[in-house]
This record gives sequence, structure tokens and C-alpha cells, in this order.
Amino acid sequence: MIEARSLTKRYGDRLAVDQLSFSVRPGQVTGFLGPNGAGKSTTMRMILGLDAPTGGSVTVDGMPYVKLAHPMRVLGALLDAKAVHSGRTAAKHLLCLAQTNNLPKSRVGEVLELVGLTQVANKRVGGFSLGMCQRLGIAAALLGDPKVLIFDEPVNGLDPEGILWIRNLIRALAAEGRTIFVSSHLMSEMENTADHLVVIGQGKLIADCTVEAFIKQNSTLAVRVRTPDAAQLADLVAGSGGAAKPDGENAIIVTGIAAERVGDLAFDSGIRVHELAPLQASLEQAFMELTRDSVEYHAAVPASPIGALA
Amino acid sequence: MTTLSMAPAQAPTLRANLPAAKGRAGFAGALRSEFTKISSLRSTMATLVGTMVVTIGLSTLVAWGVSSQLRSQLDHPTGTQPFDPSTFDAVQSSMFGLIFGQLVIAVIGAMVVTGEYGNGMIRTSLTAQPRRMVTLVAKFGVFTAVALVTGLISSFSSYFIGQRFYSGVGLNVGLGDPNVLRAVIGGGLMLAVAGLLAFGLGLILRHTAGAITSAVGVLFVSVILFQFIPSNWGQHIERWVPFFAGTAIWSRTVQDPSQMWSAWGEFGVFAGYAALAIAIGTFLFKKRDA
Repeated sequence: MIEARSLTKRYGDRLAVDQLSFSVRPGQVTGFLGPNGAGKSTTMRMILGLDAPTGGSVTVDGMPYVKLAHPMRVLGALLDAKAVHSGRTAAKHLLCLAQTNNLPKSRVGEVLELVGLTQVANKRVGGFSLGMCQRLGIAAALLGDPKVLIFDEPVNGLDPEGILWIRNLIRALAAEGRTIFVSSHLMSEMENTADHLVVIGQGKLIADCTVEAFIKQNSTLAVRVRTPDAAQLADLVAGSGGAAKPDGENAIIVTGIAAERVGDLAFDSGIRVHELAPLQASLEQAFMELTRDSVEYHAAVPASPIGALA
Repeated sequence: MTTLSMAPAQAPTLRANLPAAKGRAGFAGALRSEFTKISSLRSTMATLVGTMVVTIGLSTLVAWGVSSQLRSQLDHPTGTQPFDPSTFDAVQSSMFGLIFGQLVIAVIGAMVVTGEYGNGMIRTSLTAQPRRMVTLVAKFGVFTAVALVTGLISSFSSYFIGQRFYSGVGLNVGLGDPNVLRAVIGGGLMLAVAGLLAFGLGLILRHTAGAITSAVGVLFVSVILFQFIPSNWGQHIERWVPFFAGTAIWSRTVQDPSQMWSAWGEFGVFAGYAALAIAIGTFLFKKRDA
């Protein structure tokens, strides 16, 4: 269980994290979402006591992280897979971490086995690929068999196999009743792994809800209609409280009214419909809708997929 | 990647059978961890050996050169002033390599700290042991012990090798002679403290090149600057110059009693610089975001 209360971090005159309050509960995967620069990593560093909050507080298992008797037995974290000394072997890296919490040396071999790095245990980390470093970071997080796990962008830069592996591992850890807090700026990734979402933008809490509720609340259902009489149908839709946008030649995207209603409207007016397809809004779209105003840096050229749907 | 097992760990195998936790994660574990850190890096171990090789090697070279020069002077006295053996410091003249050894051990002292900042390892370390003073004191303790052992091996080896050369001209001294043991132990201490100065600067600057450069500045450039100071000022400042303060402890006698304190007093000045750097570094280490 992680609990943040009015957590605030200020760098100069910029608020990186602004009055953030949320809880991360056991037995499920909580996705921590936000665009780049939203304050996700800063929040995670404050949970671990690496950065001191300007205001507010955050507790792990009911107390500040730095007060835990054996921190690694309570919380395991993977913030930056490359935060390893490249000259040390994988086994020695894990050993020096295990020793700080009086964990048995045998545990090093166990976690290496768990992440599939046994063969390279005595190889220096400098030669590891990013994927191997991620596995090593996860091995380090698992050393103390912790009940809470924090992963910052764990699938960043991984190949599809690596992504699948981490996704399965995260699900398996949550299934054991552990508290999992995973940050990502990739909504599509969270859609597949998370049960619950904490969404932030520019350091502020935007949403704290289940994944389904998030999609439901934040996405506009859209219907794509292909018809030779696109202009006529667009007028009818507008007259019935919906909105229509052209989508190339002979097609419109209707929002605001359900697919059945669009079909009825067309039937009643004798409009021929060649295709009527409800567009399933993904988490990605819902997220982009929601955080559009809070993205730190706007490009002059807008990302096209939203333009087509909105 | 393809050679690694891809099978995701299945739910039951993730649970570990750890022995029950006792007490708190504290200093003993941190010491073991820091010792593992220092001994598991080939670069650190190589530089420690390098410190000894440079110190002992250069000391040997200088002792060989000086002793053969002395022999020719004793055999064929030249000039009006004959060589006065009582002015010759056979201890200091056997440990000249210490001057360069300082440079090498300063690199290790800086790297022990900054090596964790360059790659972000410090955040991994402080996640494992978030009580920062525990981590820092353990790191300090392990490095001090390693630096002392390195320093004393260097100074004693240099001393014994040097005396072999000087015995050829009858100018060798024994550990039982006045101030000799103090000077030889002092040489090792001086080397360790030079490393600790860089350790403190590393804590302040968190950057390898910056820490090494400033250590060189304090240890050596200060002497060069001192040469440009008018002598009527210089005589008041000399005792504060790190290089002179550090050298006093491994001389048999203090050169300029009017301008310098005792050997231990000067060593206190030298250690004071290191202590100051470490105190500032510790304050910043506690206070700053990692």
C-alpha cells in the first residue's frame, strides 16, 4: 500500500508535482500515467525518499520509506535499468544490494534464475543490452521478496518479447497479492496490464479510477459511416443532436449519437449505407483527449489520429 | 537475448523463502555492501595496486639515484662546503614516491563516490538503504581502511627498500631511531588523507573529473601559487599550504620551525582540509536530492 497525501515538489518556480493525493492498493496493478514530464518519475523518487517533497507526504506500508526496518523486504523498485555500475558483474551488483538489507547471499542466485540471467551472472554489466539491464533491475527489485513493487517505464526500449515477459511478470506479481505501481506514457501498454489508473498531467491528478471507468468517462464513442450521400446524412445527424465530420470521400465520422440511431436515421431517409462501424475508443485516445491541455511541450504539427476522431 | 530463458516466471515460483527479518537493516550490512562494491570493481583494485606501484617504484628510483649521488660526493668531495650527513633525511629521501602516490589515491577517493553518480547507481544504493548516513559512514569507513592499508604498505615498503640503498653509504636509519617510525607511519597516513580529501570533494561535486581536478588543485597547484606570494607574506602562510602541511609528517624533522608547526600539528592542518571537504560533502549528501 502506497499513500500519497498532497505530495508537492517544486523546482525553482516550476511545480513538478502539485498537491498529488492517491492510494495504490494491494493485489492489483495500478498504472501511473501521464505524458513525458508530467511528474511520474519525480513522484516515484519521492516515494523512495530519493527526492524530498516540498510539501505533503507519502508513506509505504504506513510509514515513510526511509523509516522501514528492511526497506527491500517491503518495497522493490526499478527506476532506471541503467543505474548500475558497468564494471561490476550482475551477481556482485545484486550481492552489494542484498547485503545492505542482510538478505542471504543465496537469494542472488534465485533472482538471477527468476529473470533468466543465470548464464551471465558473472559477466560485467557494461556488456548488457537494455533488455538484460531491465531484467537485472527487476532481479534487484525482487531480492527482498517485497510486497510492494514500483516500476518506472519498465517496457521502454524493449523488444516485443521483452515487453510480453514484463507484462506477464507484472500480472503474476499482482496475482500473488502484491501492490504493483507501474508508470508509463504508453496507454496501450496499461490497457493490457493495469486494473486501476492514476493519471497525472503537469503534476496534477487528472484521474484515479479503474481502467474501464477511465475509457467510459473519457472517450467519445464514434461511428464511421460510408455512404454515397455523406453530406445529406451529416445534416440529419446534426439535426438529431450528433456531430459529423467528413472522413475522406463518401464517409463521415459521427459522434454524439449511437450507431443504432445513425442506422435508423439513414433508413428513415432512404440513404444507402455501405458501412456502419462503431469505433472502439482505446485507452490511448482517451488519454490523449484528457491530457491534451496538460502536455508540457506542444508540437506545431498536431498528432493526426486525434484530429480524425475528435 | 535469445540465449536467455524467455519463460515468464510463473506465479508460485516468485515467492521466496527468506529467513525471518531481524532488527533493522543497518551499519553492519552497509559495511559488507560497501566492501563488496570496492572489491568487485577491477578498475578500483587496479588503481589501488597502481598507487602502491607508483609510490614504491618512484621511491626506489629516487633512493637509487640519491644514494649513488651521495656515494660520489663522499668519495670525491667537491666545492668548498663538504657534505654534512646530519642534514640528510634518510626517511623522507626513501619515500619520495608518496608525492605521486597522492595523485593516484586521490583518483580512487573521488571515484569511490563519483563512480556512483555518473551512472545513477547512487539511486539504486539509496533505494536499498535509504538511511543516507548509514550508507555514507559505511562508504567512508571502508575507503578509509583500504586507503590506510594501501598507504602503509606503500610507505613501509618504500622505507625498507630505501634503507638498503642508503646502507651502502652508511646513511641508513632504523625504525628505532628518533622520529623514524612516526615519519614512516605518517607517510601512510598522509596518503590515506589525500584520498579522503578527494572523497570529500567527490561528495561535494558528484563528478569524477571535477573532483580529481580540484583535489590536484588543493594538493599541488596550491604549492605553485605559493611560489608567487611575496616572502614576507609567505612565511605566515607556509604552514597552511596543504602540500607542506602534508609533507611535514613524513620528514624526520620539521624544516622551518619558525614558519611551521610540529609534524603532528601540520598533519592536523592537512587532515583539516580533508575533514572540511568531507563535512561539507556530508551536509550536501544528506540534504540534496539523490
